[in-house]
Amino acid sequence: MRTLCIFGVCFFVVFTSCQREKRDLRPVPTRLAIYSDAARQSPLRPGGAEQPQLRVTNPYNGSAYDIAEGERLYEWYNCSGCHSHGGGGIGPPLIKTDWIYGGEPENLFDTIVKGRPNGMPSWGGRIPEYQIWQIVAFIRSMNGQQPRSATASRADTIEQNPQTIQNRTGGATK
Amino acid sequence: MTKRNGEKGAGLKGAVFCAYAFVLFDACAGHQQSAVDPAGPQSGKIAVLWWFFFGLLTTIFLIVMVFTLLTLTRRGHRSGQEPLNASHLPPGADEKELTRIVAAATIATVLILFVLLIASVSTGKSISELGDKKNGMVIEVTGNQWWWHVRYWNDDPSQMLVTANEIHIPTGRPVMIRGMSQDVIHSFWVPNLHGKRDLIPSRVTTEWIEADQPGIYRGQCAEYCGLQHAHMALWVIAEPQAKFDSWMKHQLRPASPPGGPTGERGKQIFLNSACIYCHSIRGTAAGGQTGPDLTHFGSRRSIAAGTLPNTIGNLGGWITDPQGIKPGTHMATIPVSSEDLQPLLEYIEGLK
Repeated sequence: MRTLCIFGVCFFVVFTSCQREKRDLRPVPTRLAIYSDAARQSPLRPGGAEQPQLRVTNPYNGSAYDIAEGERLYEWYNCSGCHSHGGGGIGPPLIKTDWIYGGEPENLFDTIVKGRPNGMPSWGGRIPEYQIWQIVAFIRSMNGQQPRSATASRADTIEQNPQTIQNRTGGATK
Repeated sequence: MTKRNGEKGAGLKGAVFCAYAFVLFDACAGHQQSAVDPAGPQSGKIAVLWWFFFGLLTTIFLIVMVFTLLTLTRRGHRSGQEPLNASHLPPGADEKELTRIVAAATIATVLILFVLLIASVSTGKSISELGDKKNGMVIEVTGNQWWWHVRYWNDDPSQMLVTANEIHIPTGRPVMIRGMSQDVIHSFWVPNLHGKRDLIPSRVTTEWIEADQPGIYRGQCAEYCGLQHAHMALWVIAEPQAKFDSWMKHQLRPASPPGGPTGERGKQIFLNSACIYCHSIRGTAAGGQTGPDLTHFGSRRSIAAGTLPNTIGNLGGWITDPQGIKPGTHMATIPVSSEDLQPLLEYIEGLK
């Protein structure tokens, strides 16, 4: 009975770790879908009636592999050039919790695809959609919005502390 | 009848074994990736060491096998006897004599190991003293998951060449490989020219290679570095100095403009797609640094670090489905429409 229990636990552990390391190596290279409806900023709608809202979920939420890929792309596409390693600089910090244009995955996706005023370039149509979702997954991991089991135990770069960030104004205070 | 069959089976097994041994040794001779087919002074010394080890250790192996067989057959004769108890000594054997035998065998083993150690260290030492290093050139090789970034050093910055996965070297001239890594530990290994040298992140390792004869030698990453470790190969092309110089002169030029309107369209497609975030083509606006340089892509032997021969068909497959060819590769799956693909391929393959 004891052996069976140990075996069962091992079996469970193996399967949960499989889930964590699951890799979608062959993404469907779809052209950019229109997610504008998903990334709404306001709950108000003309006409008043409650309409079913399209919910978009990040396919790579909680995937350790894709978060790591997002981290690599964050450097490769030079996101760190403006946002630093999360603490911000030329661009606003990403380890904060209040966001100018919304901090949900669909908002972040929208921001990357369309760009935002005062400097955020529009990446839509340039980098493939699955990579944008990987970057979104990584950005969400910066302020603890990803399960701990999927994120790295320590950052590869200098640790940036959310306490030192001035919200809204952007940039680190120290 | 059964016995005859058994003998036949043994004969067949022997023949298969001989065939394997033959294939194994044939594979070592005259090939592009072999440590016992040396093409330079460094690998020549390594090959001598290899054959010394092989000879000595084979002899020891055979001696051990002969004694094992003798013991087994002796035991066979005594199978009717009482099993040994209380003492492991065969009847009539002297404990002191046995101690002497064991001691002699231990000393012999230690001596043989020392002989091997001295042979190995002295070979390493003599390799490090080889070559006229003042006349040497420096090539920086940076390991990446899963390709090789190659940079030729020159005192004149305009003469520094960046290429990928293919190293041309002049014959008879020592070349220093300055090894680095961008991500994890890789190992640079061109068996025909030298032993392995690890490429370690944030550290520089060096190795001097030299080719005596013109030839094409295959190198391979020799330190497991992730999913596509096996598809991380490179080519070293040794050629006479004059030929090397003309190659270098051509490679230093910016990319040649596309030949026709299709190529021109391909160029526009390239420059307007995500390709430019990682790849650079000198002479155009494409300046990405994280992927292999494509300035003279069409002149290279293979694509994706030795994974496929460089043909327009393979390149088409590689661009449309890199994850199918090299699962896990950092080459992004970029959506390219079918009418855009052909001009794009013509442009890239035209970068001779």
